[in-house]
Amino acid sequence: MALTTFEKIVSKRLKLENSYTLEQYLATGGYDGLKKALQMNPEDVSAEVMDASLLGRGGAGFPAGRKWSMLKPSPVRYLVVNGDESEPATFKDHELVERDPHQIIEGTLIASYALGARQAFIFCRGEFALGLERLEAALNEAYAYGAVGSDIFNSGFSIDLVIHPGAGAYICGEETALLESLEGKRGYPRIKPPYFPAVIGLYGMPTVVNNMETVSNLPWIVLNGGKAFASLGEGSSAGSRLFALSGHVNRPGWYEIEMAKTTFRDLIENPELGGGVRNGRKLKAFIPGGVSAPWFGPDEMDLPLSQDAVAQKGSMLGSGSVVVMDETTCPVRAAWRISKFFSRESCGQCTPCREGSGWIERIMHRIEMGLGREEDIELVLDACDNIAPGLTWPPKQTTICVLGPSIPSSIHSAITMFRDDFLTHIKEGGCSYDGKIN
Amino acid sequence: MTHLSAELVEKCKKVVELYPSKRSALIPLCHIAQGQNGWLTPEAIEDVASLVGVSPAEVRGTASFYDMFHLEPVGKHVIAMCTNIACMLAGAYELLEHAQEKLGVSPGGTTTDKEFTLEESECLAGCDKAPCIQVNHRFFGPMDNASFDTLLADLKSGKLADVVPPHGVLIRIDREHKRKVNYEAIDAERVEIDAAIKERKLKLEAANNATVGKDS
Amino acid sequence: MTEKLTNEETVTFTLNGEEKTAVKGELIIEACEKNGEFIPRFCYHPRMKPVGMCRMCLVEVSSPRGPSLQPSCYVEIQNGMEVNTQSDPVKKAQDGVLEYLLLNHPLDCPVCDKGGECPLQDQTLSYGPGESRFIEEKRHFLKPLKISSLVELDRERCIQCGRCIRFAKEISGEAEIDFAGRGEDTEVAIFPGKEFDSYFSLNTVQICPVGALTAVPYRFKSRPWDLEQIESTCQFCAVQCKLSVQSSQNEILRTLGIDSDAVNQSWLCDRGRFGFEAIYSSNRVNSPKIKKDGEFIDVSWPEAVEEVARALSVAKIANGPDSIGFIGGARLNNEGAYAFSKLAKGVIGTDNVDAQLSDGIDPNLIFGLRRATINDLDQAEIVVTLCGDLREELPVLFLRLRTLVANEALLLAEFSIGETPLSQYAAFRRSLVPGKVQNLLEELKDSFLSSFGRDDFEQKDGGIVFVVGNPGIGIDGLEIEHSIRALAKSFPNAKFLPALRRGNIFGALDMGLSPGLLPGRVTLKSHGSFFGDKWVCVPEKVGKNTKEMLQSVIDGTMDTLILLGSDPISDFPDKNLVLKAFEKAKNIICVESIMNESTKYAQVILPASMDHERAGTVTNLEGRVTHAGDKVTASGASFDDWVIASLISAELGDDLGFNSREDIGSEICSFAPAYRSTEKYFISGNDFGDGVVVPIAQVPVSIRARKSDPIEVPGLSSIERQGSPIRSGNSLPSSVAKVGSESQISFDNSMFDLNSTVSYKLLEEKRESSFYLVLEKSLYDNGTLLRESKSFENSARESYFKLNPVLLAELGVNEGDMITVSKESVKVKGRVVADSLVSVAVVVASWNQNSADSRELISLDNVNIVEVER
Ligand SMILES: Cc1cc2nc3c(=O)[nH]c(=O)nc-3n(C[C@H](O)[C@H](O)[C@H](O)COP(=O)(O)O)c2cc1C
Ligand code: SF4
Ligand code: FES
Repeated sequence: MALTTFEKIVSKRLKLENSYTLEQYLATGGYDGLKKALQMNPEDVSAEVMDASLLGRGGAGFPAGRKWSMLKPSPVRYLVVNGDESEPATFKDHELVERDPHQIIEGTLIASYALGARQAFIFCRGEFALGLERLEAALNEAYAYGAVGSDIFNSGFSIDLVIHPGAGAYICGEETALLESLEGKRGYPRIKPPYFPAVIGLYGMPTVVNNMETVSNLPWIVLNGGKAFASLGEGSSAGSRLFALSGHVNRPGWYEIEMAKTTFRDLIENPELGGGVRNGRKLKAFIPGGVSAPWFGPDEMDLPLSQDAVAQKGSMLGSGSVVVMDETTCPVRAAWRISKFFSRESCGQCTPCREGSGWIERIMHRIEMGLGREEDIELVLDACDNIAPGLTWPPKQTTICVLGPSIPSSIHSAITMFRDDFLTHIKEGGCSYDGKIN
Repeated sequence: MTHLSAELVEKCKKVVELYPSKRSALIPLCHIAQGQNGWLTPEAIEDVASLVGVSPAEVRGTASFYDMFHLEPVGKHVIAMCTNIACMLAGAYELLEHAQEKLGVSPGGTTTDKEFTLEESECLAGCDKAPCIQVNHRFFGPMDNASFDTLLADLKSGKLADVVPPHGVLIRIDREHKRKVNYEAIDAERVEIDAAIKERKLKLEAANNATVGKDS
Repeated sequence: MTEKLTNEETVTFTLNGEEKTAVKGELIIEACEKNGEFIPRFCYHPRMKPVGMCRMCLVEVSSPRGPSLQPSCYVEIQNGMEVNTQSDPVKKAQDGVLEYLLLNHPLDCPVCDKGGECPLQDQTLSYGPGESRFIEEKRHFLKPLKISSLVELDRERCIQCGRCIRFAKEISGEAEIDFAGRGEDTEVAIFPGKEFDSYFSLNTVQICPVGALTAVPYRFKSRPWDLEQIESTCQFCAVQCKLSVQSSQNEILRTLGIDSDAVNQSWLCDRGRFGFEAIYSSNRVNSPKIKKDGEFIDVSWPEAVEEVARALSVAKIANGPDSIGFIGGARLNNEGAYAFSKLAKGVIGTDNVDAQLSDGIDPNLIFGLRRATINDLDQAEIVVTLCGDLREELPVLFLRLRTLVANEALLLAEFSIGETPLSQYAAFRRSLVPGKVQNLLEELKDSFLSSFGRDDFEQKDGGIVFVVGNPGIGIDGLEIEHSIRALAKSFPNAKFLPALRRGNIFGALDMGLSPGLLPGRVTLKSHGSFFGDKWVCVPEKVGKNTKEMLQSVIDGTMDTLILLGSDPISDFPDKNLVLKAFEKAKNIICVESIMNESTKYAQVILPASMDHERAGTVTNLEGRVTHAGDKVTASGASFDDWVIASLISAELGDDLGFNSREDIGSEICSFAPAYRSTEKYFISGNDFGDGVVVPIAQVPVSIRARKSDPIEVPGLSSIERQGSPIRSGNSLPSSVAKVGSESQISFDNSMFDLNSTVSYKLLEEKRESSFYLVLEKSLYDNGTLLRESKSFENSARESYFKLNPVLLAELGVNEGDMITVSKESVKVKGRVVADSLVSVAVVVASWNQNSADSRELISLDNVNIVEVER
């Protein structure tokens, strides 16, 4: 497939100078979407979002319009914007918050208006110190400009916005853990049912949680209409999306591309995008949507970046981050490192995830260090199976949240695709690829 | 001695007011408190506890869940080196090894001059600049051994003081605007206002009005 | 509860293919258990909110998308639900969880306190894999960590179920323990330097499903299979929690709370749990003693009883029966109280008998009130407390009430002297000031009920419960009684829970250990002739209360006092009055278990058996009659109280007619109107569960199955597996209780006229610079039973004074400073505690704590006005 050209939606300001200031924002059409939305009925704003078929950009890919329509009626409702971005290899929200904070604020306000939210919170990953400073400055500007607070732009609509810094815990990206964290508690995911945020959310009130990139699309959608958005992409994968490309490519970075019209091969190889595998090497495998997703091999390179197409092949677009591993990559080491991540980030509530993640990491480490036993391969798979019974995709789970069943993804993929590498590690006490681990 | 300064307490009180529930301010307040000493001193935790109305054990328990909070002293610069997948593929472990040699500490350790604390971290969302690192949560990358050495020197000499404040100082911009929306007025207009909320408010008022007057 | 039970809707579901019914809203885990299928679990506890964390209880539940694994402790049963607890996926998931839990769990079962009654051990044996596939190092911690003076934590054994933390947050409301760290590194922690300093800390040990939390007094003492147990009743306070008393080789080693739906719902306070240690006090009275030449010498029972009978006869002949008085009785069980009541009133003929030490409430008022049960709190919409700090005085009643108010299940109006742990939840509260209590009713109506739109409560049936007791010594008891009467008149349909605290005080009052009363809640006036027919005699006129008796001894109109397990020197508000009386008294006879301040003045000491050494019945603040058993034999030559009364009576020439406690039981059921139809409770066995509330006809009995979950009450079921029977059962429905053959009269509370007006002295106004002094009691003080229990010997605090911070500022003192409080020439020093809810007109003093004794400042004859200096 060829690379399609289109007017960039969320990333249009990212490369401009001082893109994060109100001055630059207003100069490039900032807050026009909000002003227009305030002239519309809230229901009509929601209808545009429904028409846009805007899929959530946080990972689960649930259509935003539908999520909004499921919000339980109540005099008190909340909107929470999820900017905790911690899924390894994902860095699009990082870019958005540092380079275009006003767009996030505007999107948040539009969503708040459409939802009749009482108060809105932008939960931003704590490690984004610069982003937080820019966001806070932007919010001060927005208040001064009259875009936030009481009676916004004399529309009669009032809302307060709070920027809430996270404090470093991957699990707080999970929406119910995020709400707990926002309530000042340990970031323990809540049990669904009954704690679907749309029914019982922040302070027990119906709440919408949307990703930062999701809301960043809203000003454009309001200005240009949901249909215009849906005319990009294909089927349920409408519009464009920011993809974060990293690993062994020549040009790592974020790229806004039209969904479903572009393939992984385009993303990785197109000279305007990834520019090919680093040093002209061969591709060994790639992760299509964050480390929670099962891996793909060279055979899946021509899959389009479409939610359904990827799901059909047993993985997910997830958080929109693609990690490329070239032929020099040791899959054991890569899978071990990912298992280490989950072990460090398990919240610790559920026995299978808390204990299982640590055990799995230890077994993987043993194998990687060349101290594994042949039965360790089945052992680690069985340990995985006890967290995600059947190791199917989408996974079943014995845990509260899906962090647990994400643990097996990379291990199961690596063993399935590269069992020989595991055997080599076990038999020869190590591998011939680059690097050591400590 | 390491209680929160009066100035920070005032700042904290303003933050508490932004939220519908005091406890929500717990994490932002811990950030503010950590800004004072670079770590959360027990005294500061007690201050936060009383500001948000929970027990010190709960504040400590909550703070300890989060990686950014330090319950032990750290160096002026906390260097977090990502070794997660993208950075690992770009040689993060080799860089980490170099950093350990250079600083003479392993991850979790602080140099004897209290200048640097080294940490191995999970993905910092800087994967396009792999291997990427953070110093006091300010980004640097892609790094190699040489640029790492230069960075250390610049941090030590104070050349980067503007970009990288001492550890704990997270958001150097204060929120200028209080809560603007008068929720009470909005509620009064709402016909279908939840009776429970109203009752709760009355309750709190009544509790505050207990007679302790001089005349009794 | 009863109404709730009958109104419950049922649903049908299938359990492993068979159709079953359950109550709507029930959790799957409960529904399955009631239908005979026990689902293994660790984090779930029926008395706390489920959290679904351990994942041990996963079962397969049908859904539109096929069966899925769901936590049965979290998901409610639905009509038509298909639940499978046996399928392969369920088995695999459970095996998996067990294997995971054991990865880091040390295999030190042989040295672990929990070994033998450990759900993890049990479930591993019944479900677990044989061999560990885990070959790496287990997690290690420095061990053990002291989280309170009575509880230690071995973090290695912890399985992170969070029960202890949830108990602290949810039930006791003292969140001093919390999880720290994340993921694998999660551990239970206290804030450094701040212990889990709670009256309830040992409940965490009971509910810990592994051996991570251990009780310091029990650590390494025994193995569960060496323990024998009985189900019994705690007699430390008038809540009378159900507990299991466990002993080995005739020595009590621990007690565990039993899940009685009606009373303690599995909780105990620490004092109730290990207070039995006083049995092993080195100051135990093990033999009868007579004072000769100022020294006590051990004598035989016949010698001692002869001496007592001689003294009583002499006194009676010389000055009439009214020269003899009985003080105390709340430590006795019902049988002992009845026997002494009969001895005093029916043999000697004196009505100078008082189980209260002038710090309680007139039983004529209590008996006239519509009594509430503790479970009535669950149903109440409004609860009004007019009493002392319940956490200090009736700890488990506090837990029940706190959980309700903290969950906003009811509105609380609090009338108290100062801040209590309930104050923060109170929808309305007022600080009491001596002499100003009478405004309470108006305040309640005008400021509270009307502002909450609840004026209808005055006439409404039920819905409002008043918890009434003495809010503090220094407020005239009559003033409080006056207010309670006013409440009862104004709220004719309200219910009242009397908050007297002494162990079996309600049993003692019911048995007639009070002036003007006879057994079964009747008066001398109304039933004197009835009892006159049955007994040798009845007193001619209404007798004196404790204070009047002491005064009469000083005046010379009385000369003989019998102390029934009471120590007025430490326990009566006006210590000087007691000392004066004791110095003057001709005869002081103590029926006592442990030497104390008052026994020093005795001529004769008769050793009485203690709780857990004697069998019988007791009655709690609801009027609930339950069984309290004898687990170990009585120390030395001690006898049960009823035996002592019988011996004295026989020596006086009149046989009480009792050969066994069952004889007394039959007589109580025959003669005591309020105890009609309770025969079965007095006669045999232990298996009466939660007992019965008297009078039976008036209050329906709740019948809810007692939980027999081994994790909930670790000892019970584990011992069951070792062979001895499990004794928990259901409450007996009233229809099963046998009607006493001879009962002729029944109880009628209208004989106690609430309209009678009491007059009380109006207070002399204090001067601007002076204060009213009020004393407050604490759970831990220097009382004999505490001081003589090893675990609590150092639990008393330094004496303190609580003042409003406004006053502190005026006086220029800070919290923690020493101040002097004085009345005339008496000066008492104590530490300052700030309490912003104490009126500025009042100074609150501690009771019977270390160093200074504030009782020096109290005299019951005067209004207690004091001055404060730095
Ligand atoms: C373990 C875990 C981590 C997650 N992390 C993030 C995150 O960092 N950012 C995010 O927006 N969503 C994250 N999610 C997804 C959120 O739960 C939620 O679906 C999303 O914020 C909804 O927003 P959207 O509908 O706009 O995508 C995570 C989910 C899980 C299970
Ligand atoms: S699955 Fe893991 S991260 Fe998710 S709630 Fe359970 S323990 Fe926490
Ligand atoms: S998850 Fe149900 S008992 Fe623990």
